[in-house]
Order: sequence, then C-alpha cells, then structure tokens
Amino acid sequence: MAFLEISHLHKRFAGHTAVHDFSIAIEAGEFVTFLGPSGCGKTTILRMLAGFEAPSAGSMVFDGVDVTQVPTRARQVGMVFQSYALFPNMTVAQNIGFGLKLAGVERSASAARVREMLELIKLDDLGTRYPWQLSGGQQQRVALARALANRPKVLLLDEPLSALDAKIRLTLREDIRALQRTLGITTVFVTHDQEEAMSVSDRIVVLNDGRVEQTGTPAQIYNFPHTRFVASFIGTLNQLHGEVLRAQSGEVRLADQTLVCAQLPAGTPPGQACVLALRPEAIRLGGAGGPGRNVLHAVVEEISFLGSIVRIRTRVGAQQLSLDVFNDPNQALPARGAAVALEFDSAHLLALA
Amino acid sequence: MSAARPAARPPQGVRASRWGAWLALALGSSYFLLPLLATFEFSLRMQRGVYSFEAYRIVLSDPLFQSTFSYSIVMALLTIVVGALLVVPTAYWVHLRLPRLRPLVEFITLLPLVIPAIVIVYGYLRMYNSSALIPLTGSATATDFLLMCSYVTLSLPYMYRAVDTGLRSIDVRTLTEAAEVLGASRYVILRSVIFPNIRAAILSGAFLTFAVVLGEFTMASLLDRPSFGPYLQLVGANRAYEPSALAVIAFLATWASMGLIQLFGRSAHTRPGPT
Amino acid sequence: MQGKTLDLSLLGVVPFLAFALLFMLLPTAYLMLGAFQDAQGAFTLANVAGLFEPAVLEAYAISFKISLASTAIAGVLGFALAWATVLGRLPGWIRPTITTFSGVASNFAGVPLAFAFLATLGRMGLVTLLLRNCCGINIYATGFSILSFFGLTLSYLYFQIPLMLLIITPALDGLKTEWREACACLGGSSLQYWRLIAIPVLAPSLLGALLLLFANAFGAVATAYALTGSSLNIVPILLYAQIRGDVLHNPNLGYAMALGMIVITGLANAGYMLLRSRADRRLR
Repeated sequence: MAFLEISHLHKRFAGHTAVHDFSIAIEAGEFVTFLGPSGCGKTTILRMLAGFEAPSAGSMVFDGVDVTQVPTRARQVGMVFQSYALFPNMTVAQNIGFGLKLAGVERSASAARVREMLELIKLDDLGTRYPWQLSGGQQQRVALARALANRPKVLLLDEPLSALDAKIRLTLREDIRALQRTLGITTVFVTHDQEEAMSVSDRIVVLNDGRVEQTGTPAQIYNFPHTRFVASFIGTLNQLHGEVLRAQSGEVRLADQTLVCAQLPAGTPPGQACVLALRPEAIRLGGAGGPGRNVLHAVVEEISFLGSIVRIRTRVGAQQLSLDVFNDPNQALPARGAAVALEFDSAHLLALA
Repeated sequence: MSAARPAARPPQGVRASRWGAWLALALGSSYFLLPLLATFEFSLRMQRGVYSFEAYRIVLSDPLFQSTFSYSIVMALLTIVVGALLVVPTAYWVHLRLPRLRPLVEFITLLPLVIPAIVIVYGYLRMYNSSALIPLTGSATATDFLLMCSYVTLSLPYMYRAVDTGLRSIDVRTLTEAAEVLGASRYVILRSVIFPNIRAAILSGAFLTFAVVLGEFTMASLLDRPSFGPYLQLVGANRAYEPSALAVIAFLATWASMGLIQLFGRSAHTRPGPT
Repeated sequence: MQGKTLDLSLLGVVPFLAFALLFMLLPTAYLMLGAFQDAQGAFTLANVAGLFEPAVLEAYAISFKISLASTAIAGVLGFALAWATVLGRLPGWIRPTITTFSGVASNFAGVPLAFAFLATLGRMGLVTLLLRNCCGINIYATGFSILSFFGLTLSYLYFQIPLMLLIITPALDGLKTEWREACACLGGSSLQYWRLIAIPVLAPSLLGALLLLFANAFGAVATAYALTGSSLNIVPILLYAQIRGDVLHNPNLGYAMALGMIVITGLANAGYMLLRSRADRRLR
C-alpha cells in the first residue's frame, strides 16, 4: 500500500462540483505536484488533505491511518501557505518552535530542533527577528521550517512561490526540492506555474475543472501529452488543424501537404478533422526528410530574437507554426517571406483528443 | 477503501462556533431592540387602557416642537453647506498641492473627537462673550452663527473623512491636469470636475452631520438656542409620555439618515472609475 | 518663483486653518489659560489645586468609575458581538445590518437614549412591568433605579458597545484565516489559537479601543443630564452646572475642571493613536 492513498475524493459546493472522483497513490518520499489553472480544484484537494475542507465523498489514508474524519490538528501534516502566514506576535524562533511547544516538547530539545531548522534554511542569525522584519523569501523559508520542525508525515505547499519575485522563486524552489530530498518527506505541491512544476516534481497531476487530465513524470507529460489541454498548458505548443487521410498509416493532410503522424487512433475514419500538436524545439530548418521524418513547406513570417533562443514564426496555408532554434551567431537565419522546409520526426507529431 | 460518505458536514468546531455566534447575536439584538420597542410601546400608552397615537398627536401639533425641529433642520442644513464649503477645497488642496500638511490637517479634524463638546462650547462662551474682543453672544443671530460654527466643528471629523475617502477613490491629480490642459480655471475645476465626482462622499458626510446636529444638546443648551435637543430635554423633565414619542421620532430621523448614508455610500463604490 | 507658488498654495488651506484656530484651538487654549489664572488675571496654580478638593475630586471619581465600568463591560460584550459578526460564519446579510445599526446606535446618545431607557427600565417601564406581572420580580424593591450609577452605566452601554464593535471589527478582519489553519496544522486547538496567537495579535487594538471608549464615556454629558438631572455628580454635569450658574463660585476653577477633562481625554486618545500605529505596523 502506498504511503498516501487518496480514493474517489469528491467535493461539492452549493451549486457546483469542484472536484470529481479524484484518486491517487503517493509513495513515501515522493514529490507530487498538482498543476492546473485557477479554479481547477487543486487547492480544494490540498485543503481536503489538510482537513480544512471535508470531502463530500471519498477517503484519505495517511500511512495506513484513515484520516478522513480526523481533525486537522491530529493529522500530522505540515502546511506552507502562499501568504506565509507567520504569526506576527512571535519571533522567527518562536514561530518555528510553535508546533513543538504545542506538542509539549521539553524546552532544551525544542531549542535544539529550532536551531537545527534555522541551519537547514540557512537563516541561522535571524532567530530573534520578527516576521515583518524579513523579506518575502525569508518569511517563506521560516514558514517551511515551521511546517517541518514537528516532523510531519506529509508536507503540503499551497502555491508557496506565487507571491515572490521571479528570481527568489527560482532559488527557493530549488531549496525546497533539496530540503525535501534531504528529509525524505512525502510532499504535495500545488501550483499553476508549469515550469515550476516540471523542475521540482517526481510526478505531476494536471487538473482541469475538477478532473484529472493526466498524471505522469514531467518528461512524460511534456513529451507525450494525452489531451489538448495538457499539451497547451505545458510549454509552448503548435496546434494545427488537419484531416485524417488513412488511420493505419497515420497519414494526415495539412494544408495540401501530407504528413505522417505517429499515434493516430486506429479506427478514425478518413476525412475526420483532427488537431495535431508539435513542439517548436522538435522542428529543424532545412533537411531533406527521410524515413520516419516529415517535411513541411512554409513561409517565414516573423523572426524573434529571445536571447539564447530564436523563435521563427512561419505560415503554412492559413495556419501559423513556430519553431525554436538555438542562437548561433555564425548561422544564417532565413529572411522574412522566404520559403523554408521544416523537418521533424513523425513520432513528434501528435494527434490530440 | 472506505465507501462514499454522505454530504459533508462542516467540522465540529465550526458548528459550535456558529451556535455561539447566533447566541451572541440574539442576546445583543435583544439588548438593543428592547429599549426601542419599550419606547415605542410607552409612547402608545398615553390614553389609559388603550394603545393610541395620542402622544404623537400632541407632540406633532405642539408649536414648540415645530419651531425647534425646523430650527434644528435649518441649522443642520447650514452646517452641512458651510462644512462642505470649508472641507472640500481644503481636502482637495491638501491632496493636490500640500501632501506634507496632510498629517496636520488630519490631526485638526480629529480634535473635535478628543476635546469634549462641553469644553469647546465653554471655550466659546469665554472667548466670544459680550465683554470679549469679538462679541458673538450679544444678539440671537450672532449666537446662531456661533452655534453653527460649533456644529461645523463637531461635524469636521465625519465630513473630512468622507470627503478624503471620496477624493482618494478618484484620481484627483489626473483629472485636474486634464481639466487644466483644456483651459479650466481652479474654481471651474472644483465646481465642475471635483464636486460632482465626490458628491456621493459629501452626501454621506452630510447625512451623518444631519443626524449629529439634530440630536445635539450640550452646545445648544449652553448657548441658549431654541434647538431640538434642549426641547427634548425640556419635555422629558415635564411630561411622561411625550418624551417617548419624541425619542421614537428622533430615532426614526437618525435611522433614515443612516440608511441614506448606506445608500449613497454604496452608489459611490459602484460608480465607474475614471478612464 | 518657487517661493511665490508655495505662498499661493498655502492660501488654499487658510480658511480651514483660520476656522480651526478661531473655533477650536484658540477657545480651548484660552480656556486652559484661564485654568492658571485667578480672578484678577495673575498666574496661579490654585485652581489646579482646587481640583483636588473633595467635591470636585468626587466628581472625577464618579466619572472615572462610570467610564471604567461602561468601558469594561462594553469591551467584553462589544468584542463578543464583533467576533460573532466577523468570525461567526453567519449569513451574509448579518454583517452589513449590524454595521449600519452600530453606526446609528453609537450616535443615539443623549436625550433620546435617556428616554428610551426610562421607557424600558423606569418605574413604569416595559421591562419593569413585564418582570413584575409575569415573573413576580419587582426590581425596584431591590433598590434598583435607572436613575443611578448602575442605570447610567447600563444606558452608556447602548452607545459604547456599538462603538467597540465598529472599532474592533477592522482588527478582527485583519486576523488571517491562514493563521488559524497554520495553528491547526501544528497541532493547536481553537482555544490555543485564541490564547497564543489571536489575542496577542489583537492586544494593541483591544487596548486602544478601550482607551477610546473610556474617553468617549468620560466626555458624555447629554445622556447623564437627561437621565439623572444633576443628581449624579459626574464631571461633565458639574461642568455644565458651573457654566450655567457658577455653582462653584469660582469661574477659574471651572476652567481647571475643563482642563482636567481635556488632559484625561487627550491622554486616552493619544494612547489609542499610539497603539493603533503599533498594531498597523505589526500586521503589515
């Protein structure tokens, strides 16, 4: 049995259902992210895990114990909030030691643990400061230390980086991941930022409108999205409208050109419209094609210099297609209006549901 | 795995606190509504054995009631007008040109809440009596003027706060600059651009002032003016049932003012912002 | 040029400052000056000393007691009501109704309030009669009277409780729900949350509100006068009588009393503002 067993969780609010039949098994020490746009239900699920909301149906088992009816304070979860939620009337050290104090831990042991946590979050000298004297990033670290001090079974993080500056966000998310690895604590992370999700997670659950769209490792989700939603939510993606020619051979028609697509559902009738997905980085300029390779003829519309990447936007018939090439000062880029040949693997052209 | 559960009930603690809240509310409501009910009930008892509006009839037909009530209403209106004329340009100026003076101005507007009314009027009597530099208690009109000034002072905190909030919610600087570019003078800007946009704020301050002036007793009685407050006290000292009728009337007038404040206050928020 | 623009700008606030000077600052200052003068106008501290005479001191003592009593009770009850409104998870229409009503009730001081309480708990009041007729309790037999210290305190509560509610509600709004949730995650019960987090955070606001309530009660005249006439000798009543008819036979003593009042209400308000800024800074 997995460490965290969540089965058939439902949540209905007056009028609408926020979460439909959510189930997942999370292993001990795993870092799982719930990813999705606002209103997709990810925070609701997290709050049910914490015990702030009671599920309309379903159950949650933490480490073999059914906690569905257990109040929050008995669940042994640690929670980090988007707004840090540090207690303003206590110093950093008192904040971190609060859970220990409530548990009746003896003073010297508690102090030692607080010192240990402060070292872990690299804020050794700030124990006597008050929350309002700290920056946002520092406050969030303290919040993290506070949540972990009591050695909870599960760590829950509710969009902890959304309120921080971009640069702090990057360093802090790496610190969180490093800390999580060191302590080996089972973690559930909620965010709407797909890049964030992909960089730190062992597994990602993509949610939309209360339902799970796809669950998998970051690489799986990115390279093999199952649905249009997942494909467009993760990374940038070209979505093209085409027509099925022959399902068995995977032939599709796109603006008078024939391409081969790797995974076309077998029974699809010819003539049926379909949506084709292609990642910009999967496309190469020029090239003569070959077995398993597609060649698409397009006209260059716009070239954007984005630093390390150059994004070339092309037009195929009435549709647009973007591709990314690495910046190379020695390489000549096509001019606007030039005809180019775009080459990519059949396996990278996906038909989406 | 556990079977599906019935529709969720909020956790135990939440339910308990909700019961506590209702209890507190019930007790509070009874304390606050009971005197109002009792007053109303008492006011109906004028005729022995039967409930009637006799007390109200007597009160409303009392010429003294009519004169003092209208006196107070006129006073209130004058106070509102003078108060608005004093506060609006000042608040506008401080917003636009003199932000450094803001703490001082705000402190001054809060003084009437610190200095008790009785002390203020005591100061007036000492400083503006017949033997002083500026005699203002000599004639009825002059004393009326003094009373009005005291009311303006009393209403300053409310008026200023309302106007200040209103100014904050519109972008004063941009509106002024736009009007200046179009050639408007300072006076025209105030009249045609600023005033209309903070009308709701001024009105809400006005209704509060109205409620305050109507029931005011201390200043009117010490300055010996025939306003509604001293009249109420007089009736209370001499009659049994009429005071309750008056109290109900006064309360309804205050409630109506407050209701209008809420109404105008809300419309201020739903106004579209400046483009 | 720079100097000229500055001058013209200041002109805009001259009417206001002139008004404030003429009708607030100068009269009050003049009054306070009079507290340190004798009948001939020479400087003296005798009036201030006169404040400690038994008659005046007793007035201050009673004023203090009433203000303290009404503040303490209104503090607790007002806080309870505010908690119910803000955190009690009641239906949405309750809070605006309570707020409006508090706005009205906090201004319902003075003569009408006195009438209302006479109609409720006076000798022929509704509640008095109800208690006598259906429960056989004659409250006046126990020595209770609405025209007493206790009765006055009870009526003061009518505008003190709403005032407390109006002042403390923003502070309660400032209590983030995340704090309660974080406390629960860390193993804390509701009681522990209130004891260790919420009350300490609210403490400056609570104290400040109590100070404001005290100042408010101390300066109230009309209700007391209407209810007790001159029988209950609180400072404002004494001052009122002094202004009207120089009962102390010493006008300068009257000024000293006014000075005493301003000092007390001034200190209380200063304390309130200090605590307010402390609370704001913490909860930033």
